[in-house]
Amino acid sequence: MAYFDAASSEPLHPAAREALVSALDAAAADPARLYGEARRSRLLLERARAEAAELIGARPDEVSFTTSGTQAVHLGVLGTLLGRRRAGRRMVAGAVEHSSVLQAGAAHEGDGGELEIVGVDIAGRVDPAGFAAAVAREGTALACLQTANHEVGTLQPVAEAAEACRAAGVPLLVDAAQTLGRLPVPPGWSVLTGSAHKWGGPAGVGVLAVRKGTRWRSPLPEDERERRRVPGFENVPAVVAAVAALRARAAEAEAENARLSALVDRIRASVPRLVPDVEVVGDPVARAPHIVTFSCLYVAGEVILTELDRAGFSVSSGSSCTASTLRPSHVLEAMGVLTHGNVRVSLPRGASEADVDRFLAVLPEIVRRVRAAVGVESP
Amino acid sequence: MRRRDSETPVNAAEGAPERAEAPPPVALTIDALGRKCPIPIIMLAQQINDVPMNATVAVLADDPAAFTDVPAWCRLKSHHHVGSYELPQGGWAIHVRRNY
Repeated sequence: MAYFDAASSEPLHPAAREALVSALDAAAADPARLYGEARRSRLLLERARAEAAELIGARPDEVSFTTSGTQAVHLGVLGTLLGRRRAGRRMVAGAVEHSSVLQAGAAHEGDGGELEIVGVDIAGRVDPAGFAAAVAREGTALACLQTANHEVGTLQPVAEAAEACRAAGVPLLVDAAQTLGRLPVPPGWSVLTGSAHKWGGPAGVGVLAVRKGTRWRSPLPEDERERRRVPGFENVPAVVAAVAALRARAAEAEAENARLSALVDRIRASVPRLVPDVEVVGDPVARAPHIVTFSCLYVAGEVILTELDRAGFSVSSGSSCTASTLRPSHVLEAMGVLTHGNVRVSLPRGASEADVDRFLAVLPEIVRRVRAAVGVESP
Repeated sequence: MRRRDSETPVNAAEGAPERAEAPPPVALTIDALGRKCPIPIIMLAQQINDVPMNATVAVLADDPAAFTDVPAWCRLKSHHHVGSYELPQGGWAIHVRRNY
């Protein structure tokens, strides 16, 4: 089997596995207590926090660990909106943000707040001028922009957005879930979120960093944990493992990015040559190193995923149009590209050239067969 | 970069088109109501050559994916998306002009 779904979840990094196994015993005690084992647990937690802070360009007291990337986003969005309630109730977000951002925005709207969505071009990139104009409007309490899109890989103009936010005095939440451990964190964020299982750490650990000076108030009932930012007992072994993976990934990033990016380039160039009526979507250059998405005309997304699974490939899709209750991907819809027949290949660390070649070898016949089944003969 | 905007887009916020600016006559109507994507597009691809050059085909569809995918198909296949008009019963009449 070839696992090509790193954008959903990266396989556990060996450094994380090793750290997790040793920390399961060493960091099991409650870090809030006063006995020896507790102090040891607390020491490991605070060491992990300091390392994570250094890796993302923050101070240790700005970093909290959450129970998931989604929780980090929810707390980041709602906590900043609550902290800035007196400044206004407007939230601005890009149209292709992760659903956790958009759902937090919807919750804010349900609570009487306002959500303005900034559109994207056909490559999936938000218009920096449109974003800046939205941020500058009266009463904006928070702006949100991802580093890279999770479905098509396109990088967002975070530095420009941060500049516009700084000028308007509006905090910027940057969802870095697709790039932490792969690419440097862009400067200028006020709130930063990430998810450990996207960089090879265990699932169940997220990162929420709130820059000193950013007004933030917990939207949840108060709890003493994680400097009152995240309620609930810390999973110290998982946090230790997550940070071990982040450190290992950051060290390997340069070499591995170049290798994966070359494989992505090969897929981008080969698929339209090998398969008729295919559109490769997302920015071909300004993109995350590991993600490539293409859509095959006249093919249902679920059918092609099932066929690829049978051929030994784990891939994902933004298509959901065959399931009657599901809407097409909001990302593909906002870009104005095909929402059906979508295949997302996201290469994990260590993805092999041979597997990519095998994928390119089996894909044309699979698409031809799926099309033939619905009466479409390829030219 | 080419945008996908049609000449006379109609969306839910603006309501159904006025009688005065009704869409131009169509040479063929493809009823894909109740059909899931990509079936409406497959039907369009199979039948567009049945109308004369520069004639318009109306695809009736209510799968939300069709609203995005028919214009995207036009862009990929170099046909022209004239506009999408809301239907009173839900869904759209998506008008496509045959270009070649």
